[in-house]
Amino acid sequence: MVEAQYKAEQILDWLSDVADPEIPVLTIMDLGIVRGVDCTDGVEVALTPTYSGCPATEAIEQSVVAALEERGVADIRIKRVLSPPWTTDWISSEGRKKLKIYGIAPPERRNRPVECPRCDSSNTERVSEFGSTACKASYKCLDCLEPFEYFKCL
Amino acid sequence: MTPDAALIRYVTRLGDNSLILGQRMIELVAASPELEEELANANFALDYIGQARMLYTYAGEREGRGRGEDDFAFLRPEHEYRNLLLVEQPNGHFGDSTVRAVLFESFYVLLLDALTRCGDEGLAGIAARAVKEVRYHLKHSSQWLVRLGDGTEESHARTQQSLNDLWRYTGEMFASDDIDKIMRDEFDGPDLNVVAEQWRKAVAAIVSAATLELPEDGWMASGGKDGRHTEHFGFLLADLQYMQRTYPGATW
Repeated sequence: MVEAQYKAEQILDWLSDVADPEIPVLTIMDLGIVRGVDCTDGVEVALTPTYSGCPATEAIEQSVVAALEERGVADIRIKRVLSPPWTTDWISSEGRKKLKIYGIAPPERRNRPVECPRCDSSNTERVSEFGSTACKASYKCLDCLEPFEYFKCL
Repeated sequence: MTPDAALIRYVTRLGDNSLILGQRMIELVAASPELEEELANANFALDYIGQARMLYTYAGEREGRGRGEDDFAFLRPEHEYRNLLLVEQPNGHFGDSTVRAVLFESFYVLLLDALTRCGDEGLAGIAARAVKEVRYHLKHSSQWLVRLGDGTEESHARTQQSLNDLWRYTGEMFASDDIDKIMRDEFDGPDLNVVAEQWRKAVAAIVSAATLELPEDGWMASGGKDGRHTEHFGFLLADLQYMQRTYPGATW
């Protein structure tokens, strides 16, 4: 029996440096797409995609491998987990805060108004249901007049 | 046919539906009537291509002969694609594309939802991911159907014509063949009779909200599920497969 070379906590800590390529202010831990780490035989990282067609999926996998290789981990495997599917509920409260500071309104519960990330007004208007990426919509604040992006609730 | 072989063919068929509709929507990139629609269409096309990738990858794993997503997508001849004839129909005008989306997505949502409860864990997982996306797509396409149907006299008439023209491709969705039966009996898969009933109700509601008339059931086209396609399919495939056919094994 070979003792595991790494501890899962250590790996998770290293993974909290890996940024999402489309919203670089969020790490993949904030986004909630790391589903687990198994260190019994090499290092296996379980990741879940946000959307089926998310073009960032491969880029994220490569960043994970690169981040661990940088720390000297040799035997790395990525496992894609689909169930349960990712929703915006997986974004951590830390992640929601970072989104807001970055200028993206975090996903709101059903029927709650979207708040302007700049002035906190809920007097906002949807400009387009579709934005620069699949997960975002375009909004405008009617008080401070700032246009902003809203992370759609999924 | 063994249950396993049927499952692989079933999963591949689902992948074909997603891929071919995704390809049709990609043809519309940079041709949408407005910017919001442009982004919606491109994003939805990406969802479908992504679903096809997951389904093909899974079919390849279950098959165990080393075929990957690209082999399924790019290196099969026409008759090996088993998508519904509906999804390969040309984009036509915006009313045609909208009607095609509504008819297919209202079916796909019900099918995928039933598959989330099927006995195969891998397929159920993919269905759970995909159904959320298609539900969103359907919401969007239904809104457009209402805007077009309940719009001007011109848009109403043209959209009604699209509905009449594409209706003949809806019968095939519910024609249960051996693969569907094995999925239902061995894997607790969808019962297409039940899906048909739910679909009719759902479509009737959307069509009525759009002030359009539900066409009468007449002659129904079929063949897609057996690999017999409409004449449009070869042209679509030529475009889709061009790169891999010209530079076999090309990667980036």
